[in-house]
Amino acid sequence: MRWVNRHPKKGERILLGALPVAVLLIAYLIVAAQRHADNPMDKILPLPGQMMQAMSALMFQADQLTGQITFWADTVASLYRLGLGLGIATLTALVVSLVLGVLPPVRATLGPLVTGIAVIPPIALLPILFIALGLGETAKIALIAIGVAPVMIRDIAAYIAALPAEQVIKAQTLGASSWQIMIRVALPQAMPRLIHAVRLALGPAWVFLISAEAIAADVGLGYRIFLVRRYLSMDVILPYVAWIALLAIVMDWALALTSRKAFPWAEGQGR
Amino acid sequence: MSVEPILSLQNVWVEYGDKIVLEKVDLDIQPGSFVSIVGPSGAGKSSLLRVILGQERPTRGVIELDGQPLAPECGPDRGVVFQRYSVFPHLSALGNVVFGLECEQAPLTARLFGSARKAAREQAEAMLVAVGLADSMHQYPAQLSGGMQQRLAIAQALIKRPRILLLDEPFGALDPGIRADMHALIQQLWSDYALTIIMVTHDIREAFTLGTRVLALDKRRHDPHAPHRFGATAVYDLTLNKKSNPEAPEKPAVLEIAKTQENA
Repeated sequence: MRWVNRHPKKGERILLGALPVAVLLIAYLIVAAQRHADNPMDKILPLPGQMMQAMSALMFQADQLTGQITFWADTVASLYRLGLGLGIATLTALVVSLVLGVLPPVRATLGPLVTGIAVIPPIALLPILFIALGLGETAKIALIAIGVAPVMIRDIAAYIAALPAEQVIKAQTLGASSWQIMIRVALPQAMPRLIHAVRLALGPAWVFLISAEAIAADVGLGYRIFLVRRYLSMDVILPYVAWIALLAIVMDWALALTSRKAFPWAEGQGR
Repeated sequence: MSVEPILSLQNVWVEYGDKIVLEKVDLDIQPGSFVSIVGPSGAGKSSLLRVILGQERPTRGVIELDGQPLAPECGPDRGVVFQRYSVFPHLSALGNVVFGLECEQAPLTARLFGSARKAAREQAEAMLVAVGLADSMHQYPAQLSGGMQQRLAIAQALIKRPRILLLDEPFGALDPGIRADMHALIQQLWSDYALTIIMVTHDIREAFTLGTRVLALDKRRHDPHAPHRFGATAVYDLTLNKKSNPEAPEKPAVLEIAKTQENA
């Protein structure tokens, strides 16, 4: 049978998907065990026991200086920044792209500006944000929002502008005003695309979050990783990276589920 | 005919740059007529429909609806059914039909509540029953077949009681069997609701089966060195003798073939 025709069944798919993960884990364990056999003090590839020991101190014991449990304080701080930054970006993108996509005069006025902002690498704006907004939460949230919003605006505005012209004509023959076309024709059809855009923006948003935290913060997942790097504490860095990956996967999955449940009409449209 | 025309085009030209699509179209359309527009591709059938719809402004000339000059944008007095994309994919069949009522009655929210909502839904349900979609009211367009989507598009347009219904190759994408059903439906609606219909079609047979009047658009003059410099106009204008009864005979009798005056 040709390989293009071999479709794994559901059980096989799970098994096949787990295979590379298992291979990587086992390879890590083998190499780590070898290094520890050579040098019991090795810090570069910690064994699972060492990682659990290091993490349990961060997860279950309050820090003596702050009185907070470090791991959870880091998680809450990072998710707060990420959520607020993404939320602001999403809301802005929705409103701006709606008027941009539906109203040609607004597109002519703001389109070039949005394009111009979108091509600026957001990290290059970080010094400006730190100078203008200080080193507090505002600058980090602003970096995430400014970093992901322009791309989302361009994507969704282009999507709305590409809705079949027949729909806008039809809506007008049904008596719809510009406002009604925006909220009843363009907005609902843009929603699945918006969620899709948020899913794609999650990656860059994490990058901006970790960058901002690495440069100036006193709490946060990115801050912790860059802090313990000074002590070569791979036993903390690796679990933190895994935790970030897990959080990102859960967010992506939740958004995909929301889109499927909330917009059943968009299923199978390839949009 | 002494009746006031519902729609009147006087000396209408449509040009894109130096390309002339329609030239000197003069047309009076009587209320209650079913006008089929045929012609080769590129003869400006759709352009003519677009200027009547208000989607495009004619370069020259006047279009009057009920004696009033037409505003250069679409409005609820002219309904339309396109070949595709006529219905909103994110609304159920019922939602698609109610939409027209919501826009009119709720300018700000475009949504109705309470008794107004109930009344609008009942009106929309009756319209869906009239086009034969009684069993599919809560389905999304993607779940409907092509013919059912066109039925829905017709119901959606008719809920606004337009003065004129414009059909742009409405049955072009349908199977022959479904198309015959749609012909019966549109004739039934035409007589039940006393509609005035203008239909653009590629199918000559369809044009004669449905229409009370058939317009053929084509270029009357042709310059082989600059084919784009002459536009199309109505070269044939046939009024068919038909009973108002939609169960009309298959082969309509041609009463008069009035070749419009040569102006070239």
